[in-house]
Amino acid sequence: MRRELPIAITFVSGILFLLDYFVKIPYLSEYVVGHFLDWAIVVAAFALLLGAANLLRIHVQRIVKGKKEWWNSLILLVAMFVMAIVPIIWTQQNAVYEYLFKHFFEHLNGTMFSLLAFYIASAAYRAFRIRTKEATVLLIAAVVVMLGATPIGAAIWKGFPQYSDWLQTVFTTAGMRGIMIGASLGAMVTALRIIFGIDRSYFGGQ
Amino acid sequence: MLEEIFVVNRLVLFVLTILVAVVLLVTIRQAKKGKKFFIRRIAGLEAIDEAVGRATEMGRPVHFSPGIAALSEETAAQTLAGLAVLGYVARLTARYDTDLIVTNRMPEVLPITEEVVRQSYLAEGKPESYNPDNILFLSDEQFAYAAGCMGIMAREKVAANIMMGAFWAESLIFAEGGFIAGSIQVAGTANTHQLPFFIAACDYCLIGEELFAAGAYLSQEPMQVAGIKVQDWGKLVAAVLILIGTITTTCKWPVIIDFFSRYAS
Repeated sequence: MRRELPIAITFVSGILFLLDYFVKIPYLSEYVVGHFLDWAIVVAAFALLLGAANLLRIHVQRIVKGKKEWWNSLILLVAMFVMAIVPIIWTQQNAVYEYLFKHFFEHLNGTMFSLLAFYIASAAYRAFRIRTKEATVLLIAAVVVMLGATPIGAAIWKGFPQYSDWLQTVFTTAGMRGIMIGASLGAMVTALRIIFGIDRSYFGGQ
Repeated sequence: MLEEIFVVNRLVLFVLTILVAVVLLVTIRQAKKGKKFFIRRIAGLEAIDEAVGRATEMGRPVHFSPGIAALSEETAAQTLAGLAVLGYVARLTARYDTDLIVTNRMPEVLPITEEVVRQSYLAEGKPESYNPDNILFLSDEQFAYAAGCMGIMAREKVAANIMMGAFWAESLIFAEGGFIAGSIQVAGTANTHQLPFFIAACDYCLIGEELFAAGAYLSQEPMQVAGIKVQDWGKLVAAVLILIGTITTTCKWPVIIDFFSRYAS
């Protein structure tokens, strides 16, 4: 039963969602699928509690056992509780919460995002090192595309923007479309394998 | 008449889904009867054994991320494909007594990753080696999760960093974090805009459909492998349609384009 029930639920809900996507059945869309979506939101909300419990269990253990760099766990738990409790008590429009959000959360988020600029440079350096024929082609294509996208490229040679466009509209688009067709078929077959109960990896592959 | 019953602009997709479902069931029937299907070698998946082996030799942990997509999004198939790879990785780490750290962004994926890893350790006959403290929920905020992963990679000095699922802007942060930690990196995603980052920064990369084939490829179960064959036939049909579309458009005969713009837009 522990095996059959999830497979049966997956099959029924999968077929219902597929039908709702393709066929116009008013009752199905409004009531059945609508309810399933509501349940999904409720399940996700409870799962967030599970996530918080996981964080709490692991980091309290680290603090109690005095594990290496335990103070990081303490900072995490304090931050988590403050950011959760302040809006619950005083709502999200509260000045304290707005201050914390604007002056801590947004800056930390922005810092992580800005790291991408440096990482793009370091990853590009490694990728463009001429070690193979493929890397050489990549380097030449990248130089043409980059020069074509900047005013200095057009100043050096008027052909750069034109060839940059050509590389992107012909080679990049064709490659990306090929990958997308393969990925879409893969997603479709994976979904059908799960609906038919052939792929059961999502509950431990039993 | 059609408009009253079907969502007309999804009609081609509807027919295609039924066709794929029928072919899938037929190939599975053939696989059950013992027919063997040939699947080309996927280097990125072969590299998983090498990555876990390296971590074992170095006595350092393996890090696995199933991506950051929720299970209710259209990218959920990528997360589920990633979980199939997690099952294989967990079996390897159980076999070699290597630590496996799984980090989660979406809370609803956490109980699934816990169960997948637990079952894998059980299947290898080592339930006592399963450590629930290594299956972590970090944060449902994208960059907080990325920061947490980077911290774990740097502190634990992970020897293998395996990322399978749907990734967005954090993909390069993960890949560079792993590179700085000195990990061997295997990544896979179907998000085309993140593929260049993984290809540039990782040792091995599964591109699009390879991620969806991963679970079947690694399990080598005939019924699962049959599914990959369906993908191949689907690609053949797509190639034929592209050829027909190219010829008819070149000949200025718009019937195919008109049909697809009406029924598959």
